[in-house]
Amino acid sequence: MMHISEGVLSAPVLLTGAAATAAGTAIALKKIDNEDIPQVGIVSAALFVGNLIHIPIGPTSIHLVLNAIAGILLGWKAFPAFLVAFLLQSILFQFGGLTALGVNVFMVALPAVVCHYLFKVLIKKGESSKWLGISGFICGAVAISLTVILLMFSLIFTHDSFYEMARMILAGNLVLVIIEALLTGFCLVFLRKVKPELFIDLQVEGGGLKGSERV
Amino acid sequence: MIDLNQGFAQGSSWVHQLDPRVKIMTIFLLAVILAVGESIIMLLQALAFTTYLVLAAKLELKKVLKRLVVVNFFILGIWVFVPATYPGDALMQVGPLSISTAGVIYATKITLRSNAIMLGIIALLSTSTVSSLMQAMRWLYVPEKIVYLFFFVYRYVHVIWKEFNRLYDSMLMRGFKAETNLHCYKSYAYLIGMLLVRSYERSTRVYEAMLCRGFRGEFHNLDDLSFSNQDLKIFSGILVFISWIIILERGVFLI
Repeated sequence: MMHISEGVLSAPVLLTGAAATAAGTAIALKKIDNEDIPQVGIVSAALFVGNLIHIPIGPTSIHLVLNAIAGILLGWKAFPAFLVAFLLQSILFQFGGLTALGVNVFMVALPAVVCHYLFKVLIKKGESSKWLGISGFICGAVAISLTVILLMFSLIFTHDSFYEMARMILAGNLVLVIIEALLTGFCLVFLRKVKPELFIDLQVEGGGLKGSERV
Repeated sequence: MIDLNQGFAQGSSWVHQLDPRVKIMTIFLLAVILAVGESIIMLLQALAFTTYLVLAAKLELKKVLKRLVVVNFFILGIWVFVPATYPGDALMQVGPLSISTAGVIYATKITLRSNAIMLGIIALLSTSTVSSLMQAMRWLYVPEKIVYLFFFVYRYVHVIWKEFNRLYDSMLMRGFKAETNLHCYKSYAYLIGMLLVRSYERSTRVYEAMLCRGFRGEFHNLDDLSFSNQDLKIFSGILVFISWIIILERGVFLI
């Protein structure tokens, strides 16, 4: 689980995370109309549920982060989407917490936004389903790697003695990088096959279709 | 498996009845002070305070402990690594590793902080219904769009959770087995994709239904928050306690 518990990080790290998340959310809120709120809300509820699914890996299982898909579909709106989802998780089952909320959101939402732009660049290079899958794979891998790197930084900037632990976390999450990448790729191919309008409605370019007014 | 219903929000203790605005302000102040606090005595007293709140709320202690165990997994990781890698005088030797005194103190502080804040969240936030918290957030000038978003996520998490179970059940009925192979990951990817499609379609339906009922970008509250005499007394008490832990942490003159 990509959450840092309450009380672990130092004040400067917590403040930086909170400020960065506040800035990202402010940018996103300007882009959200009343019309978008149900959409962003319900899609982030789906991501919330997606986060709770156990994916088997050998004898154990892991939870998904799904920030690449969130980023591709929501763009900057991934910031408020994750903010709200994590706040709810902390109220309902104490995952994450309050003071660490800023850092936890930033760790997943920034890579999501990065992926949004990365995907736009990648998808211009080809139209085929295969390429869409590969783009998804790359985005998924980049998103989780960035998240893990941010997680490591926030630990190491808190105190040098977290270095060993951060390295273990990196090693442990390499598998997650691959699984998320695979899932992101498959999921995007599926979405374009089943509901291509989704890409247009959510203003993701290059979904393979053009035009069509939003209802 | 996952408790999306707010089990802790049912109850009639004074903690449950406290004004949600007071609860939010209290937990916010407490969490900030605890997160930056260094004094072990202060952390211990704060832990005692939040434990008292949990007891006063008469929550099911078994459930509370279960939540704490989950939270403490990460803390356990810290205990494994930090005391051995923290610089400082050795407290004892375990094989090739030397456990530093400063490291043990550091890990203890993290444990105390984490548990104190978590208990605080359980006692103060989990005992309020999400709808009352949302009203309180609006009153406390949280941006309206965030509050509405929060409303939608909360309202539809249950629905989508059911949707997910329905989809997953039908996968199981068609002989799906969770294994470590490509086919399985593909199935999960499609499951998540389908969940997104259904959620998206639902969101357009919901929005259209809202428009039909005259939605103009505003939500109206039907019940008002009331700040009773008892809330005032309790809030004053809490403020006194918070001042006390600040004094413990920084001294009387806040130097």
